[in-house]
Amino acid sequence: MTVLAPARHRGREVAKLVAWRLLVAVPVVVLVAIAVFVLAAVSPFDPIYQYFGAGIFSASGADIANARAQLGLDVPVWEQFERWVGGLLSGDLGQSLSFRQPVATVIAQRLPWTLLLVSVGLLVSVVLSLTAAVVAAWRQGGWVDRAITALGHTLEGLPPFVLALAAIAVFAVAWPVLPVAGLTDAGAPVSFDQVARHIVLPAMVLGLSQTPWLVLHARSSLISALDEDHVLGARARGLPERVVVLRHALPTALLPFVTVLGNRLPELVTGAVLVETVFSWPGIAAAIVTAALAVDFPLLAALTLLTTVAVLAGALIADVAVLLLDPRVSADG
Amino acid sequence: MTRVRFVAVALLAAAGVAAASCSAPTTGPAPGADPAAMVLADGYEPDDLNPLMGYGEEGASKIYDGLISFDADRAPQPNLAASVPTASPDGLSWTVPLRPGVTFHDGTPFDAQDVVATYTAVLDPSRAATVSSGFPMLRGVTAVDASTVRFDLTYPFLLFPGRLTLPIVPSEALATPGPASDLTLGTRPVGTGPYRMTEWRQGSSMILDANERYHGGAPAVRRITIVMAEDDNTRAQRTATGEFDGTVLPPSLARGIAEQVSAQGMALREHSSADYRTISLPFANPVTADLTIRQALNRAVNRQGMIDALLAGQGWPASTPIPEVLPEEVEPSAQFAYDPAAANAMLDAAGWVRGPDGVRVRGDLPARFTLMYNASDTVRRDLAQAFASDARAIGVDVRLEGLGWDAIDPRMGTDAVVLGGGNPFDTAFKSWLLLHSSNAADGYNNPGSYRNAEVDAALDAAQRAPDRASRAAELRRFQTAYAADPGMVFLTFLGHSYLTRDRFDGYQPVVEPHTHGTTWGPWWNVEDWTPRS
Repeated sequence: MTVLAPARHRGREVAKLVAWRLLVAVPVVVLVAIAVFVLAAVSPFDPIYQYFGAGIFSASGADIANARAQLGLDVPVWEQFERWVGGLLSGDLGQSLSFRQPVATVIAQRLPWTLLLVSVGLLVSVVLSLTAAVVAAWRQGGWVDRAITALGHTLEGLPPFVLALAAIAVFAVAWPVLPVAGLTDAGAPVSFDQVARHIVLPAMVLGLSQTPWLVLHARSSLISALDEDHVLGARARGLPERVVVLRHALPTALLPFVTVLGNRLPELVTGAVLVETVFSWPGIAAAIVTAALAVDFPLLAALTLLTTVAVLAGALIADVAVLLLDPRVSADG
Repeated sequence: MTRVRFVAVALLAAAGVAAASCSAPTTGPAPGADPAAMVLADGYEPDDLNPLMGYGEEGASKIYDGLISFDADRAPQPNLAASVPTASPDGLSWTVPLRPGVTFHDGTPFDAQDVVATYTAVLDPSRAATVSSGFPMLRGVTAVDASTVRFDLTYPFLLFPGRLTLPIVPSEALATPGPASDLTLGTRPVGTGPYRMTEWRQGSSMILDANERYHGGAPAVRRITIVMAEDDNTRAQRTATGEFDGTVLPPSLARGIAEQVSAQGMALREHSSADYRTISLPFANPVTADLTIRQALNRAVNRQGMIDALLAGQGWPASTPIPEVLPEEVEPSAQFAYDPAAANAMLDAAGWVRGPDGVRVRGDLPARFTLMYNASDTVRRDLAQAFASDARAIGVDVRLEGLGWDAIDPRMGTDAVVLGGGNPFDTAFKSWLLLHSSNAADGYNNPGSYRNAEVDAALDAAQRAPDRASRAAELRRFQTAYAADPGMVFLTFLGHSYLTRDRFDGYQPVVEPHTHGTTWGPWWNVEDWTPRS
């Protein structure tokens, strides 16, 4: 444990951490971009099928070859990459082949819906996991603890789409209380209560699928926090159990929880891809699947970069939060 | 600290809601309330609404008009044309007078410049328009005056008016250069059609509203909402709960729920089509190239059996690309009957002897080939399996492979594949693409490289024929020549099945092309429908 640093030093440490991470982020993002293009180049899917659609079956070979040339699909992949980077630097993300719209438009239309879904999902998962972890750790070894731990380990092994299909089977088919899919009912305009009803199932599934890691982690750090001296001291002073657990043990246990939360972000994105696809949620994550199947270079590259940046930013925010919250932690640069 | 974290997350969520609600357009009242509104469900969403990329190519678009559209009897009728096009005596140019006083949805007037711009874009290689392969005969288009255009052809083409169903787009929409897929028309269409697109949430729904200034009179069905529901079973279930006024379904599913939904006033509509499914026989493969094998396979397949077992009876046997629903064009003697005994006898006589495993062999060549099908298409998979089992019965071993089109494409020269397509408007042109030697191995056209001089001659003559009677005679000559030397195994023409709420007048049955869904189907003339009071 390092000596308590004065606030001024704290600020400098945070700045150093952010600067260092940004420096590392640049090569990471560049490498990811190159990897996307290389993977797309060796992909067995051919973008020309996306361009022609059903028209491919009556198109002549000359017309198909001409379309390849006009779309720039006949040039080597490094040249496509060069062209794409050139566009990116001048602020042009290019044209999406699968949505037939500029990439920027696709992202602007879909990103808000994903942010909404992921935020609500995250909220669900944080509330669920903290509540369950507190109950489980408090009565460690009791039947509630055993049930929560067993359930947590089971959920850990279930991929989100299984949860999604189960949720549909229960809440939309067997006991039809919630709509199955989409943003609104068939043809209904986008309104608050429509979206609020439609987001329940996907957000619950997304939140629930992220809960087991958080719950198991929070439970174990809470158990060790309950054994620490200051908690013992609080108990010795005769403070009520509620105050001991929520005010003295939980704060210490929350610090590693924040780190885990930041590290789970990539999983949240993966979960969103599956959940959006199953529930026909018109978000950006479902567009990743469409873009990948159609080898839609510009959209795929933009979305992958966006995801990379989101993950790096998530980890950074979590680390900065820990640094600011816990005086014992020092940024090792 | 929990509180801090919670506040942060809550703020983030609120920001998400706020951002989302800013970008979401809000539109009129919910469906069902208005008797003049209609909610349809479609299993297939178009990639875009750009005519140069194939949308509404056959003239069934609600948003656009072509110069010509087809009526219920498949006769070309003037649409944006003022009257039926006339050909020059040599058949090499067609003059089309244009309908006056028509405006596009954005208010700009329609004139010859728009027609010229549309067809020039089709022919312009830099546009890479996917519909250009449908115009091999077209050399150029010129504006004679503001209300007349002339099309110049490289060879005479009797049914050229039937090719003028391509939707006309405003010349302003084609102002920016580059590939057709980059045009904003794809997502913000501007046409002259009976409906204008009000909203399209890709992957979810599309709203079409009546065009008040439609040149055929404002439609009585004021609003059509098309909901995208890809999965057939889900769509059937949602239809059964009364969520939609109509949908397209696979034949067996449609029949399955027809009785249940008839209580809610839904009617089952079954349309015949020129939409064939066929097995290509590649000529670079020594087994499928053998004339006896090809003739025997055509007699060994139980077409009616496949239709009854796999398509719930919704289909018509196919021996050639010409469907029997077009009696004026079909050659009755060119149909193959189900006769496995005759098929066996032919193979025996040609020296294909059965080996110990039941598979025939000639010399050291076993009667064995691979049949590929698109793995995501269940009808094609079922037909491929039925074909393999019928072939097995006459000692021909067919190995099946379900693949994606990317994997099928490079192998079509040597392995058989299940193909589909066809339209009832110009069967000669479609047959020409599929079986003429000049299209051999050209993309998906004639993938097996079939060559038959008499078939070539008859198809050329049919397209260039001076009148319908001689065209029909040439088409019959083509079918006779093809039946003697079959280059494929045509299996069936598919029936298309729909459920539609029976509360409107104006429905007329049609024979459909390969394209179907909510643009074709019972709603092909929805602009003429009126709500029943």
